[in-house]
Amino acid sequence: MSRRRAWLLGASLADLLFLYAPIVVLIFFSFNASRLSASWRGFTLQWYRLLAEDHALLAAVQNSLLVGLASTFVATLLGVCAAVGLERVPFKGRKLVEGALLLPLVIPEVMMGVSLMLFFALVKVPLSLVTVTIGHAAFNLPIVAVIVRARLRKLDPTLEEAARDLGATAWQAFRRVTLPLLMPAILGSALMAFTISLDDFIVTFFTAGPGATTLPLKVYSMVRSSVTPEINALSAILVLVSMSLIASSLVLQRKSPTQD
Amino acid sequence: MTDNHVELRDVVKRHGATLAVDGLSLEVGRGEFFSILGPSGAGKTTTLRMLAGFERPDQGDILIEGRSMRQVPPNHRPVNLVFQHYALFPHLTVAGNIAFGLEMRRVPTAEIQDRVGTILDMVKLRPKQDRLPAQLSGGEQQRVALARALVNRPAVLLLDEPLGALDQQLRLDMQVELKAIQEQVGITFICVTHHQEEALTMSDRVAVMNHGRLLQVGSPQEIYETPASLFVANFIGISNSLRGRIDRVDEANCLVRAVDLAGQPTLLARLPAGAGEGSPVTLLLRPERLCLSSEVRRSSYDNELPARISKAIYNGSGMQYQVALSDDLVWAARLSNSSSNQKRFLPGEAVFIRWNADEGVVLSE
Amino acid sequence: MGAFFFLPLLLVLVISFASRGTYGGVEWSFSLANYATVADPLYLKIFLHSLVLALVATVLCLVLGFPLAYYIARLPVRWQGVWLLLVMIPFWTNFLVRTYAWIFMLRTEGLLNSLLIGSGLIDKPLEVLFSDTAVLIGLVYGYLPFMVLPLYAAIERLPRSVVEAAWDLYAPAWAVFWRVILPLTKPGVVAGCILVFIPSLGAFITPDLLGGARSMMVGNLIQHEYLVVRDWPFGSAVSFVLMGLVLTGLMAYLRTEETMNKPGEER
Repeated sequence: MSRRRAWLLGASLADLLFLYAPIVVLIFFSFNASRLSASWRGFTLQWYRLLAEDHALLAAVQNSLLVGLASTFVATLLGVCAAVGLERVPFKGRKLVEGALLLPLVIPEVMMGVSLMLFFALVKVPLSLVTVTIGHAAFNLPIVAVIVRARLRKLDPTLEEAARDLGATAWQAFRRVTLPLLMPAILGSALMAFTISLDDFIVTFFTAGPGATTLPLKVYSMVRSSVTPEINALSAILVLVSMSLIASSLVLQRKSPTQD
Repeated sequence: MTDNHVELRDVVKRHGATLAVDGLSLEVGRGEFFSILGPSGAGKTTTLRMLAGFERPDQGDILIEGRSMRQVPPNHRPVNLVFQHYALFPHLTVAGNIAFGLEMRRVPTAEIQDRVGTILDMVKLRPKQDRLPAQLSGGEQQRVALARALVNRPAVLLLDEPLGALDQQLRLDMQVELKAIQEQVGITFICVTHHQEEALTMSDRVAVMNHGRLLQVGSPQEIYETPASLFVANFIGISNSLRGRIDRVDEANCLVRAVDLAGQPTLLARLPAGAGEGSPVTLLLRPERLCLSSEVRRSSYDNELPARISKAIYNGSGMQYQVALSDDLVWAARLSNSSSNQKRFLPGEAVFIRWNADEGVVLSE
Repeated sequence: MGAFFFLPLLLVLVISFASRGTYGGVEWSFSLANYATVADPLYLKIFLHSLVLALVATVLCLVLGFPLAYYIARLPVRWQGVWLLLVMIPFWTNFLVRTYAWIFMLRTEGLLNSLLIGSGLIDKPLEVLFSDTAVLIGLVYGYLPFMVLPLYAAIERLPRSVVEAAWDLYAPAWAVFWRVILPLTKPGVVAGCILVFIPSLGAFITPDLLGGARSMMVGNLIQHEYLVVRDWPFGSAVSFVLMGLVLTGLMAYLRTEETMNKPGEER
């Protein structure tokens, strides 16, 4: 028994090492004074300073934030509507919409990017930050819808009935009872959508026009051309940002009141 | 029950292919504690939901205070429902839950505070008014649900298995408390339950339903003493039955010949309405009304049948026996431990079952 | 709303039957020529290569992920959350960053080679970067959490007593695993494999950044046809074959889900 446990623990720790070593090494070397070598040449913050002075990079960050906020807003609004519609309003063709809604979650991302690009080409919308935003909203909508719907499904349907029984109109029942109970899931999924939008490369790659460079596009072109300590520094910052975003998303989702 | 406060007229409700409620007509008087009793699937919850407005009758009509409820949505009905699992809003405090209905009707804030305070005192929850439902015990949640409905002063309070989620002891306490609250507020209560003892304890009148149909309406005593059918009798807890035929009629009494027993003995019983000589009947007997004796003819009981003890179970407050009258007719008899030197019978022992004519219920078929 | 992604997909399907115009546009005509071209050995090889890489990556994830998932599922509940979070954090880190991390580790003058040469184990740097090995490492690294989570969910649901019963009935460790644990956690295994296999098959960044010229996968082929060759119809045809492969896998998954959910169905 204990030997088996030790073996399991060893294997698990090895997995964690595999998962974390590259990231830790990466961050560690962002403080390395040497530009080229993989050996330690002393501590420096100069790569971070260089990043702060890179105007193209800062513009890309701004673009990413813009796209992230706009697409999250759209995706959250539509996603909540879709979730409520699918869960509470019976209508014909519900199964079909459900399938279509889940599709972006399962098809390869490359395909998602390609099809959106074709679509914009066909309707003659020039590729820009707007098309990127639409693309991001498209793949984030199902994520919001799925999370919110899961929460909605767990809600006791008699709660809305109770509100109605106590004199609330259908809208009041939704507004005063259902929506507050959904709020943690909505905020959590919005935060998740925002994170995904900030990180997305592939769909952006296919739907971004010239000049519409987001942070991941910038990182990609940096990574392709060379290995530099600046990228390490940038990566370190990105790791920190996604970790804090996800942490807050988890906190939000955990805070939701449960009744089961 | 001076005037008809709630009236159901020939209400029919289908759920897909099943007939959930089948031509139900009921009248409930003002201020009455009325229970609808039946096993699960009897259609009682559907009836309650139609009263609350969550489901619409396919046929018939529901009138509350003489007004048809056909076009009235739940939020405009003068009724409030205590949900089976309470359906307390988990994001609102006790006080917030109770105030919800008053807020929806735009009652002035000062009055809301006042009324919520009064009702909190009534259900003894004022110290816990700022708690969330998840922080309350089952009994406390039940009282919040009750207060949340009562604070609106509905014309009718509907209760869906109000004590179903509570444990046995709490259930007994709450039966008494619920009845006391009802008497205090004077509101009409319509309560749905599958628990016969609960219905009999709390109600002024009880309706027994099965398969969507109304089987009998009456006071607890009427239901218990003179069940109208075998189903009602069984559901109320009368488990012993015997088929027979009326041999002779003598004013209010009759002699019933037990056709299933060897020697076809005759038994004295009360004559059921509408029956005469030759009518086939079923004789019903409550387990706790039977006497057992090992000696023959020593007492003045009206009826006596020989039998054999097949099982004896000690359960603290009494003895429970299974008594075989023949190979395939076994009755139950319950004897209380009223004294410590009471005679105990052993399995296999021959006994005589005795009872008086008044204790039996005769159903004509 | 569903139309939002349905329409573009339909468009891809339509265009896959058209042909390429002289300057890279789309000439509207109906032919299956693009699909015939997919069957060309040159492209078939890329498909096959992708399938093999995705399959190997899936198996590696399963082998690496099962002990971890099992360990987590048997921890005290309050530790489970912490470990799961540890598994999830890298997953939420930017994919490009994670891939870049491996470039940093594996390149000729990278950390791995520095360490190995420094310790005297090898004297010539290993050429790992820009090879299938690097792509595999990248895929396993990228999708291991996808394997661990469903496995954990399945193992967590497996009552300890069942495993103990197997021991009690004289089963040795291997039999406990093969005869009891694995069959009972099969839905989780299948879910994990599907969740790793699908994105691996359509991977783009990993082979693009870590792979060499010969490690091209379908994702790269699609990108290449669209953005470099600008043969949209052929690119669309390739996309659809890829999607067909993915959906086939998915159907298989849904079927096992269905059989699993049947007994516990509610309402």
